[in-house]
Amino acid sequence: MTIVRHEIRLGRIPFLIWTAAIGFMMVICIVMFPEMKGQMAGVSEVFASMGAFTAAFGMDRLSFGTFLGFYAVECGNILGLGGAFYAALTAASLLSKEEKDRTAEFLLTHPVRRGRVVLEKLAALVILITAMNLILYGMAVGTTAAIGETIPWKEMSLMHLAYYLLQLELGGIAFGLSAVLRRGSAGVGIGMAVMMYFLNLLNNISDKAKWLRYITPFAYCEGADIVENVSLDGTLLAVGMALMLAGWAAAFLIYTKKDIR
Amino acid sequence: MAIIKTHKLTKTYGRARGICELDLTVDEGEFFGIIGPNGAGKSTTIRTLLGLIAPTSGSAEIFGRDITKERQVILRDIGYLPSEAIFYSGMKVKDILRFSAQLRGCDCRRECERLAEELQLDVSRKVDELSFGNRKKVGIVCALQHEPSLLILDEPTSGLDPLMQKVFFDILRERNLKGTTIFLSSHVLSEIQRHCSRAAIIRDGAVIACDSVEELAKTNAHRVVVHGDVDPTPLAGVRDLTRTDESVSFLYSGSMKALLDVLAAGQVRDLTVTEPDLEDVFLHYYEKDGENA
Repeated sequence: MTIVRHEIRLGRIPFLIWTAAIGFMMVICIVMFPEMKGQMAGVSEVFASMGAFTAAFGMDRLSFGTFLGFYAVECGNILGLGGAFYAALTAASLLSKEEKDRTAEFLLTHPVRRGRVVLEKLAALVILITAMNLILYGMAVGTTAAIGETIPWKEMSLMHLAYYLLQLELGGIAFGLSAVLRRGSAGVGIGMAVMMYFLNLLNNISDKAKWLRYITPFAYCEGADIVENVSLDGTLLAVGMALMLAGWAAAFLIYTKKDIR
Repeated sequence: MAIIKTHKLTKTYGRARGICELDLTVDEGEFFGIIGPNGAGKSTTIRTLLGLIAPTSGSAEIFGRDITKERQVILRDIGYLPSEAIFYSGMKVKDILRFSAQLRGCDCRRECERLAEELQLDVSRKVDELSFGNRKKVGIVCALQHEPSLLILDEPTSGLDPLMQKVFFDILRERNLKGTTIFLSSHVLSEIQRHCSRAAIIRDGAVIACDSVEELAKTNAHRVVVHGDVDPTPLAGVRDLTRTDESVSFLYSGSMKALLDVLAAGQVRDLTVTEPDLEDVFLHYYEKDGENA
Protein backbone atom coordinates (compact mmCIF):
# COMPACT_ATOMS: atom_id res chain seq x y z
CA MET A 1 0.00 0.00 0.00
CA THR A 2 3.02 2.26 0.43
CA ILE A 3 3.38 2.95 -3.28
CA VAL A 4 -0.40 3.37 -3.74
CA ARG A 5 -0.43 6.08 -1.07
CA HIS A 6 2.70 7.65 -2.53
CA GLU A 7 1.24 7.77 -6.05
CA ILE A 8 -2.06 9.24 -4.90
CA ARG A 9 -0.16 11.85 -2.94
CA LEU A 10 1.97 12.77 -5.95
CA GLY A 11 -1.10 12.81 -8.21
CA ARG A 12 -3.44 14.78 -5.98
CA ILE A 13 -2.92 18.21 -7.58
CA PRO A 14 -3.58 17.12 -11.20
CA PHE A 15 -6.49 15.06 -9.88
CA LEU A 16 -8.06 18.06 -8.18
CA ILE A 17 -7.48 20.32 -11.17
CA TRP A 18 -8.96 17.90 -13.70
CA THR A 19 -11.91 16.99 -11.48
CA ALA A 20 -12.65 20.64 -10.78
CA ALA A 21 -12.33 21.62 -14.45
CA ILE A 22 -14.54 18.83 -15.79
CA GLY A 23 -17.02 19.20 -12.94
CA PHE A 24 -17.21 22.96 -13.40
CA MET A 25 -17.91 22.69 -17.13
CA MET A 26 -20.56 20.03 -16.57
CA VAL A 27 -22.29 22.11 -13.92
CA ILE A 28 -22.27 25.20 -16.18
CA CYS A 29 -23.74 23.14 -18.99
CA ILE A 30 -26.52 21.71 -16.86
CA VAL A 31 -27.34 25.11 -15.34
CA MET A 32 -27.67 26.58 -18.84
CA PHE A 33 -30.29 24.03 -19.85
CA PRO A 34 -33.47 25.65 -18.40
CA GLU A 35 -32.67 28.88 -20.20
CA MET A 36 -31.95 27.11 -23.46
CA LYS A 37 -34.93 24.77 -23.29
CA GLY A 38 -37.37 27.44 -24.49
CA GLN A 39 -35.26 28.30 -27.50
CA MET A 40 -34.46 24.68 -28.25
CA ALA A 41 -37.34 23.96 -30.56
CA GLY A 42 -35.66 25.95 -33.30
CA VAL A 43 -32.14 24.95 -32.38
CA SER A 44 -32.98 21.27 -32.48
CA GLU A 45 -34.08 21.54 -36.06
CA VAL A 46 -30.88 23.35 -36.99
CA PHE A 47 -28.76 20.77 -35.24
CA ALA A 48 -30.73 17.94 -36.75
CA SER A 49 -30.12 19.15 -40.29
CA MET A 50 -26.37 19.46 -40.40
CA GLY A 51 -25.79 16.13 -42.10
CA ALA A 52 -22.59 14.40 -41.17
CA PHE A 53 -21.95 16.81 -38.34
CA THR A 54 -25.31 15.88 -36.84
CA ALA A 55 -24.57 12.19 -37.17
CA ALA A 56 -21.09 12.55 -35.77
CA PHE A 57 -22.43 13.67 -32.43
CA GLY A 58 -25.45 11.40 -32.47
CA MET A 59 -27.77 14.39 -32.73
CA ASP A 60 -29.79 12.76 -35.47
CA ARG A 61 -31.16 10.42 -32.86
CA LEU A 62 -31.13 12.62 -29.78
CA SER A 63 -33.41 15.54 -29.13
CA PHE A 64 -31.62 18.59 -27.92
CA GLY A 65 -34.88 19.89 -26.52
CA THR A 66 -35.15 17.22 -23.82
CA PHE A 67 -32.85 17.22 -20.81
CA LEU A 68 -31.65 13.70 -21.54
CA GLY A 69 -30.79 14.49 -25.15
CA PHE A 70 -29.04 17.67 -24.16
CA TYR A 71 -27.15 15.92 -21.37
CA ALA A 72 -26.08 13.03 -23.56
CA VAL A 73 -24.50 15.34 -26.16
CA GLU A 74 -23.15 18.25 -24.14
CA CYS A 75 -22.12 16.64 -20.90
CA GLY A 76 -21.22 13.42 -22.65
CA ASN A 77 -18.59 15.25 -24.66
CA ILE A 78 -17.21 17.08 -21.64
CA LEU A 79 -17.07 14.01 -19.44
CA GLY A 80 -15.97 11.82 -22.33
CA LEU A 81 -13.09 13.93 -23.56
CA GLY A 82 -12.05 15.34 -20.19
CA GLY A 83 -12.13 11.97 -18.48
CA ALA A 84 -10.33 10.28 -21.37
CA PHE A 85 -7.59 12.92 -21.32
CA TYR A 86 -7.11 12.63 -17.58
CA ALA A 87 -7.06 8.83 -17.56
CA ALA A 88 -4.71 8.47 -20.54
CA LEU A 89 -2.40 11.24 -19.39
CA THR A 90 -2.12 9.93 -15.85
CA ALA A 91 -1.69 6.30 -16.86
CA ALA A 92 0.83 6.99 -19.62
CA SER A 93 3.19 8.66 -17.18
CA LEU A 94 2.78 6.33 -14.20
CA LEU A 95 5.68 4.00 -14.97
CA SER A 96 7.58 6.10 -17.50
CA LYS A 97 7.93 9.12 -15.21
CA GLU A 98 10.19 7.15 -12.89
CA GLU A 99 12.76 6.91 -15.66
CA LYS A 100 12.07 10.34 -17.13
CA ASP A 101 12.49 12.05 -13.76
CA ARG A 102 15.25 9.60 -12.86
CA THR A 103 13.60 8.43 -9.65
CA ALA A 104 13.49 4.80 -10.83
CA GLU A 105 16.93 4.23 -9.40
CA PHE A 106 15.66 5.31 -5.98
CA LEU A 107 12.45 3.30 -6.09
CA LEU A 108 13.80 0.08 -7.57
CA THR A 109 16.84 -0.26 -5.34
CA HIS A 110 14.45 -0.81 -2.46
CA PRO A 111 13.44 -4.39 -1.70
CA VAL A 112 10.24 -4.20 -3.73
CA ARG A 113 9.33 -6.61 -6.50
CA ARG A 114 8.86 -4.91 -9.86
CA GLY A 115 5.52 -6.70 -10.08
CA ARG A 116 4.44 -5.03 -6.86
CA VAL A 117 5.45 -1.63 -8.20
CA VAL A 118 3.28 -2.22 -11.29
CA LEU A 119 0.37 -3.54 -9.23
CA GLU A 120 0.39 -0.69 -6.74
CA LYS A 121 0.67 1.96 -9.43
CA LEU A 122 -2.22 0.34 -11.26
CA ALA A 123 -4.25 0.32 -8.05
CA ALA A 124 -3.51 4.02 -7.59
CA LEU A 125 -4.71 4.70 -11.16
CA VAL A 126 -7.97 2.81 -10.62
CA ILE A 127 -8.55 4.60 -7.31
CA LEU A 128 -7.97 8.05 -8.85
CA ILE A 129 -10.24 7.35 -11.84
CA THR A 130 -12.95 5.87 -9.60
CA ALA A 131 -12.82 8.80 -7.18
CA MET A 132 -13.04 11.31 -10.02
CA ASN A 133 -16.07 9.59 -11.54
CA LEU A 134 -17.89 9.33 -8.22
CA ILE A 135 -17.37 13.04 -7.61
CA LEU A 136 -18.46 13.98 -11.14
CA TYR A 137 -21.52 11.72 -10.91
CA GLY A 138 -22.48 13.36 -7.63
CA MET A 139 -22.02 16.83 -9.10
CA ALA A 140 -24.10 15.98 -12.19
CA VAL A 141 -26.96 14.47 -10.22
CA GLY A 142 -26.88 17.29 -7.65
CA THR A 143 -26.95 20.03 -10.30
CA THR A 144 -29.75 18.31 -12.23
CA ALA A 145 -31.81 18.21 -9.06
CA ALA A 146 -30.95 21.85 -8.37
CA ILE A 147 -32.32 23.09 -11.72
CA GLY A 148 -35.55 21.24 -11.04
CA GLU A 149 -35.31 18.60 -13.78
CA THR A 150 -36.41 15.04 -13.07
CA ILE A 151 -33.29 12.97 -12.82
CA PRO A 152 -33.23 10.26 -15.51
CA TRP A 153 -31.49 7.88 -13.08
CA LYS A 154 -31.10 4.88 -15.31
CA GLU A 155 -29.83 6.59 -18.44
CA MET A 156 -27.65 9.02 -16.58
CA SER A 157 -26.08 6.30 -14.44
CA LEU A 158 -25.46 4.14 -17.49
CA MET A 159 -23.76 7.04 -19.30
CA HIS A 160 -21.53 7.73 -16.34
CA LEU A 161 -20.76 4.03 -15.98
CA ALA A 162 -19.84 3.81 -19.66
CA TYR A 163 -17.49 6.78 -19.43
CA TYR A 164 -15.96 5.31 -16.27
CA LEU A 165 -15.24 2.07 -18.11
CA LEU A 166 -13.89 4.07 -21.07
CA GLN A 167 -11.43 5.80 -18.78
CA LEU A 168 -10.37 2.49 -17.27
CA GLU A 169 -9.86 1.06 -20.75
CA LEU A 170 -7.84 4.00 -22.08
CA GLY A 171 -5.98 4.11 -18.77
CA GLY A 172 -5.17 0.41 -19.06
CA ILE A 173 -3.81 0.74 -22.60
CA ALA A 174 -1.82 3.87 -21.71
CA PHE A 175 -0.46 2.09 -18.63
CA GLY A 176 0.86 -0.69 -20.86
CA LEU A 177 2.52 1.92 -23.08
CA SER A 178 3.99 3.62 -20.05
CA ALA A 179 6.03 0.50 -19.30
CA VAL A 180 7.74 0.89 -22.69
CA LEU A 181 8.10 4.66 -22.81
CA ARG A 182 10.92 6.64 -21.26
CA ARG A 183 9.76 10.06 -22.38
CA GLY A 184 6.96 11.68 -24.35
CA SER A 185 4.27 9.96 -22.33
CA ALA A 186 2.03 13.05 -22.21
CA GLY A 187 1.90 13.27 -26.00
CA VAL A 188 1.16 9.58 -26.34
CA GLY A 189 -1.61 9.75 -23.75
CA ILE A 190 -3.38 12.78 -25.20
CA GLY A 191 -2.78 11.56 -28.74
CA MET A 192 -4.40 8.23 -28.04
CA ALA A 193 -7.44 9.82 -26.37
CA VAL A 194 -7.97 12.27 -29.25
CA MET A 195 -7.53 9.57 -31.85
CA MET A 196 -10.09 7.33 -30.16
CA TYR A 197 -12.54 10.23 -30.00
CA PHE A 198 -12.24 10.98 -33.71
CA LEU A 199 -12.44 7.31 -34.65
CA ASN A 200 -15.86 7.30 -33.00
CA LEU A 201 -16.95 10.39 -34.95
CA LEU A 202 -15.97 8.53 -38.14
CA ASN A 203 -17.85 5.48 -36.94
CA ASN A 204 -20.95 7.65 -36.48
CA ILE A 205 -20.65 9.38 -39.86
CA SER A 206 -19.78 6.57 -42.23
CA ASP A 207 -21.38 3.17 -42.63
CA LYS A 208 -18.11 1.88 -44.05
CA ALA A 209 -16.31 2.74 -40.82
CA LYS A 210 -18.62 0.81 -38.50
CA TRP A 211 -15.86 -1.67 -37.65
CA LEU A 212 -14.09 1.18 -35.85
CA ARG A 213 -16.55 0.75 -33.01
CA TYR A 214 -14.60 -2.31 -31.89
CA ILE A 215 -11.50 -0.19 -31.49
CA THR A 216 -12.71 3.00 -29.89
CA PRO A 217 -14.24 2.88 -26.42
CA PHE A 218 -16.25 5.99 -27.27
CA ALA A 219 -18.52 3.65 -29.25
CA TYR A 220 -19.98 2.03 -26.15
CA CYS A 221 -20.42 5.48 -24.59
CA GLU A 222 -22.63 6.72 -27.44
CA GLY A 223 -25.37 8.66 -25.67
CA ALA A 224 -27.93 8.00 -28.43
CA ASP A 225 -27.52 4.21 -28.08
CA ILE A 226 -27.71 4.35 -24.30
CA VAL A 227 -30.85 6.48 -24.35
CA GLU A 228 -32.42 4.22 -27.01
CA ASN A 229 -31.58 0.86 -25.45
CA VAL A 230 -31.23 1.81 -21.79
CA SER A 231 -28.32 -0.63 -21.67
CA LEU A 232 -24.66 -0.83 -22.70
CA ASP A 233 -23.47 -2.91 -25.66
CA GLY A 234 -22.05 -6.09 -24.09
CA THR A 235 -19.90 -7.06 -27.08
CA LEU A 236 -18.23 -3.67 -27.37
CA LEU A 237 -17.68 -3.61 -23.61
CA ALA A 238 -16.12 -7.08 -23.65
CA VAL A 239 -13.70 -6.03 -26.41
CA GLY A 240 -12.87 -2.87 -24.49
CA MET A 241 -12.22 -4.65 -21.22
CA ALA A 242 -10.07 -7.21 -23.03
CA LEU A 243 -7.94 -4.35 -24.41
CA MET A 244 -7.66 -2.92 -20.91
CA LEU A 245 -6.52 -6.25 -19.51
CA ALA A 246 -4.03 -6.58 -22.36
CA GLY A 247 -2.59 -3.20 -21.35
CA TRP A 248 -2.27 -4.34 -17.75
CA ALA A 249 -0.64 -7.61 -18.78
CA ALA A 250 1.80 -5.81 -21.09
CA ALA A 251 2.80 -3.49 -18.25
CA PHE A 252 3.59 -6.47 -16.00
CA LEU A 253 5.43 -8.46 -18.65
CA ILE A 254 7.52 -5.55 -19.90
CA TYR A 255 8.28 -3.73 -16.68
CA THR A 256 9.37 -6.79 -14.70
CA LYS A 257 12.08 -7.49 -17.30
CA LYS A 258 13.01 -3.99 -18.35
CA ASP A 259 16.49 -2.48 -18.07
CA ILE A 260 16.14 0.70 -16.03
CA ARG A 261 18.10 3.71 -17.25
CA MET B 1 32.71 -15.50 3.00
CA ALA B 2 32.22 -13.73 -0.31
CA ILE B 3 29.55 -11.03 -0.08
CA ILE B 4 29.78 -10.10 -3.76
CA LYS B 5 30.98 -12.55 -6.37
CA THR B 6 30.72 -12.03 -10.10
CA HIS B 7 31.60 -14.59 -12.73
CA LYS B 8 32.26 -13.40 -16.28
CA LEU B 9 29.59 -10.74 -15.74
CA THR B 10 28.82 -9.07 -19.07
CA LYS B 11 26.44 -6.32 -20.02
CA THR B 12 26.21 -4.87 -23.51
CA TYR B 13 23.84 -2.17 -24.70
CA GLY B 14 23.17 -3.12 -28.27
CA ARG B 15 26.60 -2.80 -29.82
CA ALA B 16 27.97 -0.61 -27.05
CA ARG B 17 30.05 -2.20 -24.34
CA GLY B 18 29.06 -1.88 -20.72
CA ILE B 19 31.14 -4.46 -18.90
CA CYS B 20 32.82 -7.51 -20.34
CA GLU B 21 33.45 -10.80 -18.48
CA LEU B 22 33.99 -9.02 -15.21
CA ASP B 23 35.27 -11.20 -12.35
CA LEU B 24 35.20 -9.70 -8.90
CA THR B 25 35.05 -11.02 -5.34
CA VAL B 26 34.39 -8.90 -2.28
CA ASP B 27 34.63 -10.58 1.11
CA GLU B 28 32.62 -9.92 4.23
CA GLY B 29 33.76 -6.88 6.18
CA GLU B 30 35.92 -5.48 3.38
CA PHE B 31 36.18 -1.82 2.46
CA PHE B 32 36.45 -2.36 -1.27
CA GLY B 33 36.86 0.20 -4.00
CA ILE B 34 36.56 0.07 -7.76
CA ILE B 35 38.31 2.78 -9.61
CA GLY B 36 38.34 3.80 -13.22
CA PRO B 37 37.75 6.74 -15.52
CA ASN B 38 34.26 7.83 -16.54
CA GLY B 39 32.68 5.28 -18.82
CA ALA B 40 34.92 2.45 -17.62
CA GLY B 41 31.90 0.44 -16.46
CA LYS B 42 31.78 1.23 -12.74
CA SER B 43 28.15 2.33 -12.73
CA THR B 44 27.15 -0.49 -15.09
CA THR B 45 28.68 -2.97 -12.65
CA ILE B 46 26.78 -1.44 -9.74
CA ARG B 47 23.49 -1.18 -11.62
CA THR B 48 23.77 -4.80 -12.69
CA LEU B 49 24.51 -5.92 -9.12
CA LEU B 50 21.44 -4.02 -7.93
CA GLY B 51 19.22 -5.62 -10.54
CA LEU B 52 18.34 -2.36 -12.31
CA ILE B 53 19.68 -3.88 -15.51
CA ALA B 54 19.90 -7.54 -16.41
CA PRO B 55 23.28 -9.08 -17.28
CA THR B 56 23.70 -10.10 -20.93
CA SER B 57 25.71 -13.13 -19.82
CA GLY B 58 27.67 -14.36 -16.84
CA SER B 59 26.40 -14.37 -13.30
CA ALA B 60 26.72 -12.63 -9.98
CA GLU B 61 25.86 -13.48 -6.42
CA ILE B 62 25.37 -11.24 -3.42
CA PHE B 63 25.13 -12.87 0.04
CA GLY B 64 25.39 -16.16 -1.90
CA ARG B 65 22.12 -15.44 -3.75
CA ASP B 66 21.71 -15.02 -7.49
CA ILE B 67 21.15 -11.36 -8.37
CA THR B 68 18.62 -12.07 -11.10
CA LYS B 69 16.52 -14.56 -9.14
CA GLU B 70 16.55 -13.17 -5.61
CA ARG B 71 16.85 -9.46 -6.21
CA GLN B 72 14.24 -8.46 -3.68
CA VAL B 73 15.73 -10.55 -0.84
CA ILE B 74 19.22 -9.24 -1.58
CA LEU B 75 18.09 -5.60 -1.65
CA ARG B 76 16.66 -5.88 1.84
CA ASP B 77 20.15 -5.86 3.28
CA ILE B 78 21.79 -3.40 0.90
CA GLY B 79 22.10 0.35 1.25
CA TYR B 80 22.71 2.09 -2.07
CA LEU B 81 23.91 5.62 -2.66
CA PRO B 82 23.67 6.67 -6.32
CA SER B 83 26.21 9.08 -7.76
CA GLU B 84 23.45 11.60 -8.39
CA ALA B 85 20.71 11.40 -5.79
CA ILE B 86 17.36 12.37 -7.32
CA PHE B 87 14.06 12.27 -5.49
CA TYR B 88 10.39 12.93 -6.13
CA SER B 89 9.80 16.57 -6.85
CA GLY B 90 7.53 18.35 -4.38
CA MET B 91 8.29 16.05 -1.46
CA LYS B 92 9.89 17.08 1.79
CA VAL B 93 13.11 15.45 2.93
CA LYS B 94 11.43 13.79 5.90
CA ASP B 95 8.72 12.36 3.64
CA ILE B 96 11.35 10.89 1.31
CA LEU B 97 13.14 9.33 4.28
CA ARG B 98 9.89 7.92 5.64
CA PHE B 99 8.88 6.59 2.21
CA SER B 100 12.24 4.84 1.90
CA ALA B 101 11.86 3.29 5.36
CA GLN B 102 8.30 2.19 4.58
CA LEU B 103 9.39 0.54 1.34
CA ARG B 104 11.83 -1.44 3.46
CA GLY B 105 9.15 -2.13 6.04
CA CYS B 106 11.35 -0.92 8.86
CA ASP B 107 11.01 1.62 11.61
CA CYS B 108 14.39 3.29 11.64
CA ARG B 109 13.42 6.73 12.91
CA ARG B 110 16.11 6.82 15.57
CA GLU B 111 18.95 6.01 13.22
CA CYS B 112 17.46 8.40 10.68
CA GLU B 113 17.42 11.25 13.19
CA ARG B 114 20.94 10.47 14.32
CA LEU B 115 22.27 10.48 10.76
CA ALA B 116 20.42 13.65 9.79
CA GLU B 117 21.89 15.40 12.79
CA GLU B 118 25.40 14.17 12.12
CA LEU B 119 25.19 15.27 8.48
CA GLN B 120 23.46 18.53 9.39
CA LEU B 121 20.54 17.79 7.13
CA ASP B 122 17.40 19.90 7.50
CA VAL B 123 14.60 17.36 7.04
CA SER B 124 11.81 19.93 6.86
CA ARG B 125 12.94 21.34 3.51
CA LYS B 126 11.60 20.33 0.13
CA VAL B 127 13.99 18.22 -1.95
CA ASP B 128 13.63 20.60 -4.91
CA GLU B 129 15.22 23.38 -2.87
CA LEU B 130 18.28 21.35 -1.97
CA SER B 131 21.73 21.77 -3.45
CA PHE B 132 23.46 18.81 -5.08
CA GLY B 133 25.44 18.16 -1.89
CA ASN B 134 22.38 18.30 0.34
CA ARG B 135 20.50 15.93 -1.94
CA LYS B 136 23.46 13.62 -1.57
CA LYS B 137 23.02 13.76 2.20
CA VAL B 138 19.40 12.65 1.79
CA GLY B 139 20.73 9.76 -0.30
CA ILE B 140 23.22 8.89 2.42
CA VAL B 141 20.52 8.73 5.10
CA CYS B 142 18.36 6.56 2.81
CA ALA B 143 21.30 4.22 2.26
CA LEU B 144 22.31 3.97 5.90
CA GLN B 145 19.20 4.35 8.05
CA HIS B 146 18.17 0.68 7.93
CA GLU B 147 21.69 -0.40 8.92
CA PRO B 148 22.33 -2.77 6.01
CA SER B 149 25.16 -5.29 6.03
CA LEU B 150 26.35 -4.22 2.56
CA LEU B 151 26.75 -0.64 1.38
CA ILE B 152 27.10 0.06 -2.33
CA LEU B 153 28.22 3.61 -3.00
CA ASP B 154 28.56 5.06 -6.50
CA GLU B 155 30.99 7.99 -6.41
CA PRO B 156 29.97 8.77 -2.84
CA THR B 157 31.85 12.01 -2.30
CA SER B 158 30.95 13.90 -5.46
CA GLY B 159 29.15 17.05 -4.40
CA LEU B 160 30.10 16.85 -0.72
CA ASP B 161 32.41 19.50 0.72
CA PRO B 162 35.65 18.25 2.36
CA LEU B 163 34.24 18.60 5.88
CA MET B 164 31.18 16.55 4.99
CA GLN B 165 33.35 14.00 3.20
CA LYS B 166 35.21 13.50 6.46
CA VAL B 167 32.00 13.15 8.50
CA PHE B 168 30.69 10.69 5.93
CA PHE B 169 33.83 8.57 5.85
CA ASP B 170 33.93 8.57 9.66
CA ILE B 171 30.43 7.09 9.64
CA LEU B 172 31.48 4.56 7.00
CA ARG B 173 34.55 3.53 8.97
CA GLU B 174 32.44 3.13 12.11
CA ARG B 175 29.99 0.93 10.20
CA ASN B 176 32.85 -1.01 8.64
CA LEU B 177 34.31 -1.73 12.10
CA LYS B 178 30.93 -3.12 13.13
CA GLY B 179 31.15 -5.56 10.22
CA THR B 180 29.41 -3.77 7.34
CA THR B 181 30.90 -4.56 3.96
CA ILE B 182 31.49 -1.46 1.87
CA PHE B 183 31.75 -1.42 -1.90
CA LEU B 184 32.40 1.95 -3.47
CA SER B 185 33.29 3.28 -6.87
CA SER B 186 35.37 6.34 -7.49
CA HIS B 187 37.54 8.06 -10.00
CA VAL B 188 39.56 9.75 -7.27
CA LEU B 189 42.59 7.63 -6.55
CA SER B 190 43.45 9.26 -3.21
CA GLU B 191 39.97 8.54 -1.90
CA ILE B 192 40.38 4.84 -2.58
CA GLN B 193 43.90 4.83 -1.20
CA ARG B 194 42.88 6.55 2.00
CA HIS B 195 39.83 4.48 2.85
CA CYS B 196 39.77 1.13 1.10
CA SER B 197 41.56 -2.04 2.11
CA ARG B 198 41.33 -3.58 -1.33
CA ALA B 199 40.60 -2.18 -4.75
CA ALA B 200 40.05 -3.15 -8.35
CA ILE B 201 41.08 -1.03 -11.29
CA ILE B 202 38.58 -1.18 -14.09
CA ARG B 203 38.99 -0.04 -17.63
CA ASP B 204 37.03 -0.68 -20.81
CA GLY B 205 34.57 -2.77 -18.83
CA ALA B 206 37.07 -5.23 -17.39
CA VAL B 207 39.14 -5.55 -14.22
CA ILE B 208 42.77 -4.93 -15.14
CA ALA B 209 44.14 -5.16 -11.59
CA CYS B 210 42.72 -6.17 -8.23
CA ASP B 211 44.79 -6.19 -5.08
CA SER B 212 45.24 -4.69 -1.64
CA VAL B 213 45.55 -0.95 -1.79
CA GLU B 214 49.16 -1.13 -0.49
CA GLU B 215 50.13 -3.41 -3.35
CA LEU B 216 48.40 -1.22 -5.91
CA ALA B 217 49.96 1.87 -4.37
CA LYS B 218 53.44 0.34 -4.58
CA THR B 219 53.10 0.01 -8.28
CA ASN B 220 51.65 3.49 -8.37
CA ALA B 221 54.56 5.78 -8.87
CA HIS B 222 54.64 9.45 -7.92
CA ARG B 223 54.71 12.18 -10.46
CA VAL B 224 57.79 14.31 -9.77
CA VAL B 225 58.13 17.73 -11.39
CA VAL B 226 61.36 19.64 -10.77
CA HIS B 227 61.98 23.20 -11.92
CA GLY B 228 65.71 23.70 -12.13
CA ASP B 229 68.61 21.56 -13.23
CA VAL B 230 68.44 17.94 -12.11
CA ASP B 231 69.44 14.74 -13.85
CA PRO B 232 67.24 11.84 -12.73
CA THR B 233 68.65 9.29 -15.21
CA PRO B 234 70.85 7.45 -12.68
CA LEU B 235 67.76 6.65 -10.59
CA ALA B 236 66.07 3.28 -10.77
CA GLY B 237 62.33 3.38 -11.28
CA VAL B 238 62.04 6.42 -13.52
CA ARG B 239 59.49 6.31 -16.32
CA ASP B 240 57.75 8.69 -18.66
CA LEU B 241 60.59 11.21 -18.45
CA THR B 242 60.02 14.54 -20.17
CA ARG B 243 62.40 17.50 -20.17
CA THR B 244 61.96 21.10 -21.09
CA ASP B 245 64.49 23.90 -20.79
CA GLU B 246 63.01 24.84 -17.46
CA SER B 247 61.88 21.59 -15.89
CA VAL B 248 62.04 17.82 -15.65
CA SER B 249 58.97 15.64 -15.12
CA PHE B 250 58.93 11.90 -14.51
CA LEU B 251 57.03 9.05 -12.89
CA TYR B 252 59.05 7.68 -10.02
CA SER B 253 58.53 4.40 -8.20
CA GLY B 254 61.93 3.87 -6.58
CA SER B 255 63.37 4.69 -3.18
CA MET B 256 62.64 8.12 -1.76
CA LYS B 257 66.14 8.42 -0.27
CA ALA B 258 67.78 7.95 -3.66
CA LEU B 259 65.47 10.59 -5.11
CA LEU B 260 66.33 13.07 -2.35
CA ASP B 261 70.04 12.48 -2.91
CA VAL B 262 69.74 13.23 -6.60
CA LEU B 263 67.66 16.31 -5.91
CA ALA B 264 70.16 17.52 -3.31
CA ALA B 265 72.98 17.19 -5.81
CA GLY B 266 71.15 19.29 -8.41
CA GLN B 267 69.74 22.80 -8.63
CA VAL B 268 66.09 22.85 -7.49
CA ARG B 269 64.07 26.05 -7.76
CA ASP B 270 60.72 24.41 -7.24
CA LEU B 271 59.53 20.88 -6.64
CA THR B 272 56.18 19.08 -6.69
CA VAL B 273 55.65 15.42 -5.86
CA THR B 274 52.09 14.37 -6.54
CA GLU B 275 50.09 11.20 -6.89
CA PRO B 276 50.05 10.03 -10.44
CA ASP B 277 46.78 10.75 -12.14
CA LEU B 278 44.68 7.83 -13.24
CA GLU B 279 46.11 7.85 -16.72
CA ASP B 280 49.56 7.31 -15.22
CA VAL B 281 48.27 4.32 -13.26
CA PHE B 282 46.63 2.83 -16.29
CA LEU B 283 49.74 3.49 -18.32
CA HIS B 284 51.60 1.44 -15.77
CA TYR B 285 49.17 -1.48 -16.04
CA TYR B 286 49.11 -1.36 -19.79
CA GLU B 287 52.89 -1.44 -19.90
CA LYS B 288 52.84 -4.46 -17.61
CA ASP B 289 50.29 -6.16 -19.84
CA GLY B 290 52.50 -5.39 -22.77
CA GLU B 291 55.49 -7.04 -21.10
CA ASN B 292 53.48 -10.14 -20.31
CA ALA B 293 52.20 -10.50 -23.82
